[in-house]
Amino acid sequence: MGNTDNTGSGAPPADGAPGRPVLEGPDIARVLTRIAHEIVERAKGADDVVLLGIPTRGVHLAQRLAAKLAEITGRPTPVGSLDITMYRDDLRLRPARALARTEIPGDGIEGALVVLVDDVLFSGRTIRAALDALGDLGRPRAVQLAVLVDRGHRELPIRADYVGKNLPTSLRETVRVQLAEEDGRDGVLLGLRAAAAADDER
Amino acid sequence: MERHLISAADLTRDDAVLVLDTAEELARLADRPIKKLPTLRGRTVVNLFFEDSTRTRISFEAAAKRLSADVINFSAKGSSVSKGESLKDTALTLEAMGADAVVIRHHDSGAPHRLATSGWIGGSVVNAGDGTHEHPTQALLDAFTLRRRLGTGRGGDLGGRRVTIVGDILHSRVARSNVHLLSTLGAEVTLVAPPTLVPVGVHAWPCEVSYDLDAVLPTSDAVMMLRVQRERMNAAYFPTEREYARRYGLDGGRMARMPEHALVMHPGPMNRGMEITADVADSDRCTAVEQVTNGVSTRMAVLYLLLGGAALGGAPGHAAENSAEENT
Amino acid sequence: MNTEKTLIRGARVLGGPARDVLVDGETIAEVGTGLSADGARVVEAEGQVLLPGLVDLHTHLREPGREDSETVLTGTRAAARGGFTAVHAMANTFPVADTAGVVEQVWRLGRESGYCDVQPVGAVTVGLAGKQLAELGAMHESAAGVTVFSDDGKCVDDAVIMRRALEYVKAFDGVVAQHAQEPRLTEGAQMNEGVVSAELGLGGWPAVAEESIVSRDVLLAAHVGSRVHICHLSTAGSVEIVRWAKSKGWNVTAEVTPHHLLLTDELVRSYDPVYKVNPPLRTRDDVLALRAALADGTIDCVATDHAPHPHEDKDCEWGAAAMGMVGLETALSVVQHTMVDTGLLDWEQVAERMSFRPARIGRLTGQGRPVSPGEPANLTLVDPAYRGRVDPAGFASRSRNTPYRGNELPGRVTHTFLRGRATVTDGKLA
Repeated sequence: MGNTDNTGSGAPPADGAPGRPVLEGPDIARVLTRIAHEIVERAKGADDVVLLGIPTRGVHLAQRLAAKLAEITGRPTPVGSLDITMYRDDLRLRPARALARTEIPGDGIEGALVVLVDDVLFSGRTIRAALDALGDLGRPRAVQLAVLVDRGHRELPIRADYVGKNLPTSLRETVRVQLAEEDGRDGVLLGLRAAAAADDER
Repeated sequence: MERHLISAADLTRDDAVLVLDTAEELARLADRPIKKLPTLRGRTVVNLFFEDSTRTRISFEAAAKRLSADVINFSAKGSSVSKGESLKDTALTLEAMGADAVVIRHHDSGAPHRLATSGWIGGSVVNAGDGTHEHPTQALLDAFTLRRRLGTGRGGDLGGRRVTIVGDILHSRVARSNVHLLSTLGAEVTLVAPPTLVPVGVHAWPCEVSYDLDAVLPTSDAVMMLRVQRERMNAAYFPTEREYARRYGLDGGRMARMPEHALVMHPGPMNRGMEITADVADSDRCTAVEQVTNGVSTRMAVLYLLLGGAALGGAPGHAAENSAEENT
Repeated sequence: MNTEKTLIRGARVLGGPARDVLVDGETIAEVGTGLSADGARVVEAEGQVLLPGLVDLHTHLREPGREDSETVLTGTRAAARGGFTAVHAMANTFPVADTAGVVEQVWRLGRESGYCDVQPVGAVTVGLAGKQLAELGAMHESAAGVTVFSDDGKCVDDAVIMRRALEYVKAFDGVVAQHAQEPRLTEGAQMNEGVVSAELGLGGWPAVAEESIVSRDVLLAAHVGSRVHICHLSTAGSVEIVRWAKSKGWNVTAEVTPHHLLLTDELVRSYDPVYKVNPPLRTRDDVLALRAALADGTIDCVATDHAPHPHEDKDCEWGAAAMGMVGLETALSVVQHTMVDTGLLDWEQVAERMSFRPARIGRLTGQGRPVSPGEPANLTLVDPAYRGRVDPAGFASRSRNTPYRGNELPGRVTHTFLRGRATVTDGKLA
């Protein structure tokens, strides 16, 4: 999930509304297929593409994308994970967090086209941290970004190269991504933040 | 984990596993072109050493620097401290310099506890060995080494593993910390020493005590040899070096009686010929050098978990796991 | 010469029924009911307990030499607040009270203070070094009239020196008060040896280091037919030895401190040096044995071992800290809490253990006397119903190293009279 993007994804809203589905399982599959095709198209065959998912759900999305790329190109696409915890700019706002795994595929990222994969793009701070983390690992030829949902409200000059769904939201809303690998089912839910929900009741 | 690391007894199983898991990730840094993280940029870690211990100091120093912290080494030997300045005044000085963490090695048991609870400083206190009390980061790096070698991975503990600690238990801060931590992690700990070097009151510790090394070797998954100072002989803790080595030293013959997978550990520095023979010390089963390497990752994990988050906080990791809180 | 009259009205004398006590000048004139207040200052004492002025066998007044922690004046003011009318000032001053000159100086300073009688204790050996007897006779013959001798702080560990001292003081009915601590067994010792020391990694101070000396000294005292007094007895084992010695009819007495009646070594887990004391705080079992022994008379008396230290000597790490705690101003409250409120002692027995017996052991005249007409008016009035938190800021002692800071303790000394003159009135120094 790796969401510096506050109120991004993954976790259920504390006890706000359960949320209404904006993407169901089949939608997610279709969207990933489209992104895979776009990557092949833009990378002219995806020969040197390395997919790096941002934990937790970005990693699962990257693996799904890799499978789809393999279907399209007929050869395996290197896929790994990039934990950005130690590069976050908000570490001191919250208790120290457990680290997730950074797994760089065998041939590394030197000279490669790295496609970062995350579930929700929000403030852009996660991606900023990911770019810093990447810089300590090597020098890719280029870096691109694929996200399942772009919910807007950017705080940094960052945009995604591949977007599953543009989802205009208010800051009072939460976007919750569920993936079978983590959550037992696929789906994207739009809900109200607990505090906002409480405000409404008042 | 709390704001300080004073005693291994303060760590719950989940705290300890979190440190080990974090260290496991940080250990992978060694394979990267840039072995440094920006996490503690702008934070100051003071190594306050009232006792000489180059190896512990450089381990903490390397750990802090790999996390981009500013490191100030304050050796209290030969400074104003040895001229009668109190721990309190030293602490107030460090506080005035803006230390975010103080890593303290002190000859008096309890000095880190005192530093952490007296109100003299506001930062985190990490015990790097106090008198004959504790050395919790040593225990953590030992547990890390054990977990790696004995095959339980991330998230795992040492449940059911048998660890034997041999030597001067009475004066050993390493033994105290390890008894707490290893038992917290589920290991069965047995202490082996001549009765003179076992503290009165040991019956309250979560471990067994034996005076017979040969009897416990065949069932040990790891044997941790403690340094025994030759001076102890003069205080009649044992008759001669030769007798000590014969009864409690680890030689090739004894090592052969250990299970094939069993490790030989030593916190260093080793007294070759005393508690351990050269052939054992240099064998593949001896993890002494690996322990030093693991010390840096483990201390990075400790510094990160103490300093990497908000200044005041509950258990780190819990909030991260339960990211519902993060999203509100 | 004090010629005032004071009528203490309605006090429970030694915890008995309410009585009026009329003090005329330096002596008790009358004890009865419905006494006339004519011309007397009246102290309403309904519900309060009137005790003979308390006597402490073991006080460190620090003067001469460590006036930064206490002086005879501040120490005796603290004593008065605690209800004491006589204290024995220990000899471990700088210089050591091992000559007639030093003990006379301390004795004179006590008289000048006017708050409390100060009876100097003489050192047993020159410089407390344990090698050569000090001039015990000269100190006895001095104006200070020393009868109690102690190297307190150090043990007279040489068996021959101890034997000679015990023999020598027989000539003038003196007593050797032994600080029972076998030095080799306590090298580097920091706290009671046991479960807590093992965990904290602090050097262990075994009970046997005390008990072995107590055993030896009761045997020596019996052998030479002298009397020995055991300072600050702190272990259940020492209790057994003293009980056995007394059963043989030997002339052995013992004291216990208030802190050993209440506190245990569990407190050391805080590493707060306010709990660092010699002998060390022991276990719960020891505390209970000490209470039982004080109740059954095996331990003769309570002595404070009031040991003032300046702030900096406690505001540091455990190993660097000084040993000792102040006790004069909290002693009676702790005794009430641990012995009276638990039903182990009544107030008459408290008077025995905090006044009559210690005065008798120290051979004091004019102290530790009954509350009866014609006796010197050394009196302490205590309000046993009072409950309050200990606030060291209010201490008269120059030092604040009390282990009871913020603790709620019962009882309060409201008035202390030294030969008829109020040294404490309504809880405040007069």
